[in-house]
Order: sequence, then structure tokens, then C-alpha cells
Amino acid sequence: MLARTADNLYWLSRYVERADFLARIIEATQRLAAVPRASGKDETEWESALIASGAEEAFHANYDVADEPNVVRFLAFSEDNPSSIRNCIEYARTNARAVRTALTAEMWDAINSAWLDLQGFNGQGDAAHDREETSRFLEFAKATSLVFDGSAYRTMLRNDAYWFSRVGLYIERADNTARILDVKYHVLLPDTESIGGSLDYYQWTALLRSVSALTAYRWIYRESVQPWLVADLLILKQEMPRSLLACYDALVRFLDEIGQAYGQQGPGQRHARTVMRRLEHASIKDIFQSGLHEFLTEFVEDNRQLGDILAQQYLLT
Amino acid sequence: MQYFDEMTLPDGSIRDVYQRVAQWLSNSPAELLESRRSQAELLFRRIGITFAVYGDKDAAERLIPFDIIPRMISRAEWTKLEAGLIQRVKALNMFLADIYGDREILAAGKVPADLIYRNAYFRPEMSGRRVPHHIYVHIAGIDIVRVDGDKFYVLEDNARTPSGVSYMLENREVMIRLAPDLFADHRVAPVENYPDALLATLRSVAPRNINSEPTIALLTPGQFNSAYYEHSFLADKLGVELVEGRDLLVRDDTVYMRTTEGPRRVDVIYRRIDDDFLDPLAFRPDSVLGVPGLVSAYLAGNITLANAVGTGIADDKAIYTYVPDIIEFYLGEKPLLQNVPTWRCREADSLAYVQEHLSELVVKEVNGSGGYGMLVGPHATSEQISLFSKKLTADPENFIAQPTLALSTCPASFSHGVAPRHVDLRPFILSGSDGVRVVPGGLTRVALKEGSLVVNSSQGGGTKDTWIVEDNLIEMSPEQSQSRSFGAGQSQSQEQAFVGSHGQSQSQG
Repeated sequence: MLARTADNLYWLSRYVERADFLARIIEATQRLAAVPRASGKDETEWESALIASGAEEAFHANYDVADEPNVVRFLAFSEDNPSSIRNCIEYARTNARAVRTALTAEMWDAINSAWLDLQGFNGQGDAAHDREETSRFLEFAKATSLVFDGSAYRTMLRNDAYWFSRVGLYIERADNTARILDVKYHVLLPDTESIGGSLDYYQWTALLRSVSALTAYRWIYRESVQPWLVADLLILKQEMPRSLLACYDALVRFLDEIGQAYGQQGPGQRHARTVMRRLEHASIKDIFQSGLHEFLTEFVEDNRQLGDILAQQYLLT
Repeated sequence: MQYFDEMTLPDGSIRDVYQRVAQWLSNSPAELLESRRSQAELLFRRIGITFAVYGDKDAAERLIPFDIIPRMISRAEWTKLEAGLIQRVKALNMFLADIYGDREILAAGKVPADLIYRNAYFRPEMSGRRVPHHIYVHIAGIDIVRVDGDKFYVLEDNARTPSGVSYMLENREVMIRLAPDLFADHRVAPVENYPDALLATLRSVAPRNINSEPTIALLTPGQFNSAYYEHSFLADKLGVELVEGRDLLVRDDTVYMRTTEGPRRVDVIYRRIDDDFLDPLAFRPDSVLGVPGLVSAYLAGNITLANAVGTGIADDKAIYTYVPDIIEFYLGEKPLLQNVPTWRCREADSLAYVQEHLSELVVKEVNGSGGYGMLVGPHATSEQISLFSKKLTADPENFIAQPTLALSTCPASFSHGVAPRHVDLRPFILSGSDGVRVVPGGLTRVALKEGSLVVNSSQGGGTKDTWIVEDNLIEMSPEQSQSRSFGAGQSQSQEQAFVGSHGQSQSQG
């Protein structure tokens, strides 16, 4: 297929996945900010949301105070933030339009309808203060990802077009999971346990909720929420669809498909397998011992590298 | 001015081909038509059939309004029209081969040489070159108008990159969904095989040195082009890659596209990009849309471009006036389709006449398109006329003039009811090494503004589905049988009336 088509499909999936992640981050932060806290303690939830979405620099160039209306406006509705939900859907649709011939009618309909509906959300001025409007918008963003992802899964031919779009999705998802873990890593570390109490508990559940994993956690561990198990779930549990291991399992599989179809394995396949092996052989105990933050930083870098390698190998030919 | 209405004759009777449409209209309450109109808009919006209007920032993606009343043409009328179209396109192809070859027609004095040599669309680099299979205009769109019940006139030839065929195809899909009964009541000639016909045509013109199945690509200027939707639509229907200039590269005069598996050779390019922008090395150096080296590969015979480079001289409005002579010169036949009478302002007598009658005439720039840069005399203010008059005096060669045509009208549906509006028709003619293909039908464009004669989508025009229907299936109910019939081919046996069921098998003449 055309290298540009593969590139557009890859980014289309990434943007749709990112829109979903941003919606979840905002929702989780809203809940977390509503938790009562000891007086005098700084409210840092919205700052964390900005860091997790990698938008803190762009935000502070535009706003002074990281409070709910400002952050919601910036992450959800803003046209100035290149990674706002609005812009993610906008870019996704631009990419989709560029590769219409590679999409099924259902996929096009999903993203084009979302783009048309997007015009109905204003989000400027007071709308960001309006939690109901925000909540409708976040539901809309999550539904868009579901419909798009579902259409792709149900209707696309299983060929390179499908594989490249899946690769985009899983690279984005792995990045998102690692980032949100990294932002909250301090509440997961044993030495903060002493602070303890209900606040941390809410932080952990909010974290799980932001990757829609709270129920999954209960099913897998059948015990109250423990920080190292949260990390275990999101990093090493194969059955958890947003875990780093699950993402790399999928990446290795889809890259293998591409390699087989093209009759050639390359640096991208090798890199994905290396990261995968490291995750397979890791234990959460070792990770905590050598530093969760360091582990996550390295992972985000490896994941970014995979994107670069694939671009060199396939997308920029 | 009295206009010929394609449905209702001056005495109030309904032309045969419109009998069922008239019934359908009288049986459909206004609200029903209105709701179908909004359904149609929703369908088009969701499918994403939009076009961009240059210079209109707020409407980067607009819909071309779709009118749900089909434009009806009988098979007998179509048969005559089709023969004329094929004749015309054949002659245009021979003309181009001659102009870039031996130039016999210039030697014979049938066409003034300076019209060619001083023409901005003439490509001297094509002189003496042979294009694959000697075909220049693979895809032609000929704009046709009617002024009465029996004649078709050619308004304009489009021999470069005619657009609109996607609307012909999508309008049909939408009509079948919105008016299934009306559709089932007619035997409408299908248009859905157009992509197959186009693909066969493109395959047939691959360079001769290709042994295997040719690789075809559709070259688009990109998604900000006004016709991008059509480009992606066609690439999809053809099953070929939709490429932009940056997706192609030329090595050793061979064209490749950049794929995830490395460069892949391309043999035929259906290009929807003007000559000027094709190749920055050959034409406009500032073009970022084109492919450096493409023209060199083309001249080396390693790639077919459809349409060929330099076809603009055949659809120039000044050359247009000579097309009847061109047909006679190459084919030795009388033209089957007439031109609209045209004054060439380059000729002194004509210029004098045109200057005196500006308020009655339509004056067009020879190289203009899209309805821009023209004067519609009867609708112009005296200032506009005097301004245009000066332009004419300054550069008469750049203009032609035509009488304000009494363009036919068809019924169109509005929220306030059904009203007649002016229409034209653009059929698409495909020329391959294995013959000429014409899909029965075309794009009917309708001037939705009351009284307007300009059908261009950029100026408030809309489209209609065009139905070529079998004559012998037009049912005549007793109270309608007094209506006069036009043209030949009326059903001989009225007992054999078609009752509109799907499964009925009936021999067709």
C-alpha cells in the first residue's frame, strides 16, 4: 500500500485513541478533585492531568491557573491545544479524508459523523464551566472511539491497512498507560504508604478508572486496591487490554503480520520483540526496586522509538 | 422569453417521458417532498460528498444541492445524442493527434494557426510526440443543452479533467433510496458500470511495453482541492491507489509510487491535476502538487497520462466554434450535434455585432471556466456592460459571444413547491484503444436560482439524477393519451403497458 496511506491510517488510529484517553483523564480528575482533603493541602489534580496528557507546557503558555474550567477547556475543547479532544477528532477526520479509499464505509461514517457532531459542541466561554455539557462531550468522545474502533475491527479486511491502523492504536495506548502511571507513580510507591488513608485509596481507584480498569482489578486480584497491584495490572497483566504487556503483545503480533505479508522482518519487529521480552521477564517487585519512574521513563522512550523506527521502515519510504 | 419545459408543454399537457414523474409529483404532498429533500441532504452530508468553493473560507466543505425530481430523457433521444457525442469526441482526438503531429488541418486552412500557437494550452513539447495508442482525450465531458423537444446543442467541450461523474453515480444511489417506487416504475438505464468502463478504458491505454497487468493510479492535487471527494470516490470504485504528487517518484524516466514495500512501478495515471502543475521541471516550477520528471517519463513513453498533456487546445472556447469544421475535416461526416451559434470576437464583423448587442448576448472568456468572467447581457447592469465593452475592445481575441439561449427547464422541488428551473447535461465519454464507451446518462446541472441560467456549482447550481428510460415502457393511461409524443420510439402497443413490477420480464425493442 501507499506509504502515505499507511501513515494516515496509523495517525488516524492514534488520534482516535488519544481522544478516548483524554476524556477518561478528565473524568477521573473530576472525581478526584471532588474528594475531600486536608485543608491547606494544594490541589494538584488538574496539574497532574496536564502532565499525564503531555500538555502542561502548551497549557501554561495560554493560562496561568490550572483549575478545572481552564484545564477542561484546554484538554477537551481548545483549538489552541494541538492535542485537545476537539483537535484529535479534527485531525483524525483529516487523516481519514486523506485515505478514504482505505477505510470501510462504516469507519468513514463513524469518524465523519463524529466530526459533524463536533460542530454542535461549543466549549468556549462558559461551556467549560458547565459540567453537564462537559460530561456530554466526554461521553461523545468515548463513544466515538468505541464506534470507530468497533467499525475497524468488524469491517476492515485483515491486510496491511488493518495492521498499520492497529499498530497506531497500540503504540498510542501504551504511551497513554505509561504516562498516566508515571504521573501517579508517587502515590504507588511504598514509601508514601505512610501518608496512607483514604486520599491515596481514591487516587488509586481514580487511576484505575481513568483506564477503565477498576472492575477488572477486582476480578483479577479479589482484594482491596493496593498500589503495587495497580502497577502490576497496568504494566504486566496480559489479560488487561490496556496494560503495557498486552499492548506489546498486540504490537508484536501485528508487526509480524506485516513482516510476513511483505516477506521481510525489520528493525521495527526486532525492537517491538525486545520491549515485549523485557516486559515478559519483569516482575513488579523488581520494577519497584529499581524504580518505577525510571522504568516508565525508559518504556515511554522505547515506545516512542518504535514509532520512529516504523516511520523509517514503512511510512516514509 | 418562452422556455421549453421538458415536462409540461405550453398547452399544459405532459410529455410522455415525464408521465409518471408528473403523477408522482401530484401524488406526493409538499411535506413529503420536503422531507425527502432533507433526507437527501443528510445522506450526502454523511457520505461526505462535498465540494469546496474557492474564495469562500466559511464554506470549505459545502454540499452541492441535490434536487430530487429526476431529469427524464427517453432512450430514443439518448440514442441520437450518444451517436453525436461519440462522433464529436472521435474528431477531437483526431484533431489533437493532428495538431501535435502533421498539422494537416492548419495546412488546409480550416483552423487559424495562431489560434493554436498563441493558445495558452498549446504544449509545444508535445509536438512530434506520439502518445500511447494515439488517444489524447480518454475522458471527455460534453455539456449539452436543449431549447426544444428535438434538438441537442453542445454548449462546451471539456477535454482536460472534466469533473462531476461522482455526482452522476451518487445521485442515482440516493434517488433509489428516496424514491424507490418511482424508480421501480421506470426502466432506468444503469450508470453504475461507469467505474468498470473507466477502468477498462485506462487499462486499454497502458504503454505498449508493459507485459503484465498495468498498475493504474489516480493523481489528485490533494484533499483541499474542490473535487477531492470525487477523486477519492473514483479511486475507491476503480480499486486503484489515490496518489498525490509526493507519493510518486521518477527514476530513469520510470514512474514509481512510494509504498510500504518500497517503490512500485506505475503504468497509467488518471490525473486530475492540470498540465501546469504536473511537473515542476517541465511546467510551473513553483508547483508542489506535481512530480518532478513526470513529463520526461511521459515523453519517453513509459507512462500513460489520461488525459494527455496539451488537450486544452481542444476544449478552448475559441476552438469550439471550429468543431463542426473539425468533424467534417477528419470524419467526412456532418456533425450530428450542433454548436450553439457563436460569434468569434476575433473577427471584426462579429466584434462589431457583439458590441452593438451586448445586452442580448452571453459573452465568455475563451479560457474561462466555472462560469467566471462571463457577461450575461440580459441580466447585466449598464455599468457592467460598458465595463465589459472596454474589455472586449482591448482584447477581442479573448472572447466569444453567444445568444442568450432559451435553455430548457425541468421541474425542481423547493420548500414553496415545484417550479421550473434551467438545466444542462454533462455526459461522460470514454475513449480507449478498444473503442468508445458512453454510460447512458450524465450529470444534470440545474440553476436553482429563479431565472438564472448559470448552472455551475460554484454559483448556486445544483444537480439532478438523469434517467434514460426505455420508450416502450412508458405507460399511457387513458386521460394522458392526448398528450403529444415527441421523437421516435413511442411504444407501438399500448396494451403492453408496463405496470411497474420488478419481476416482470418483458422484451425490449
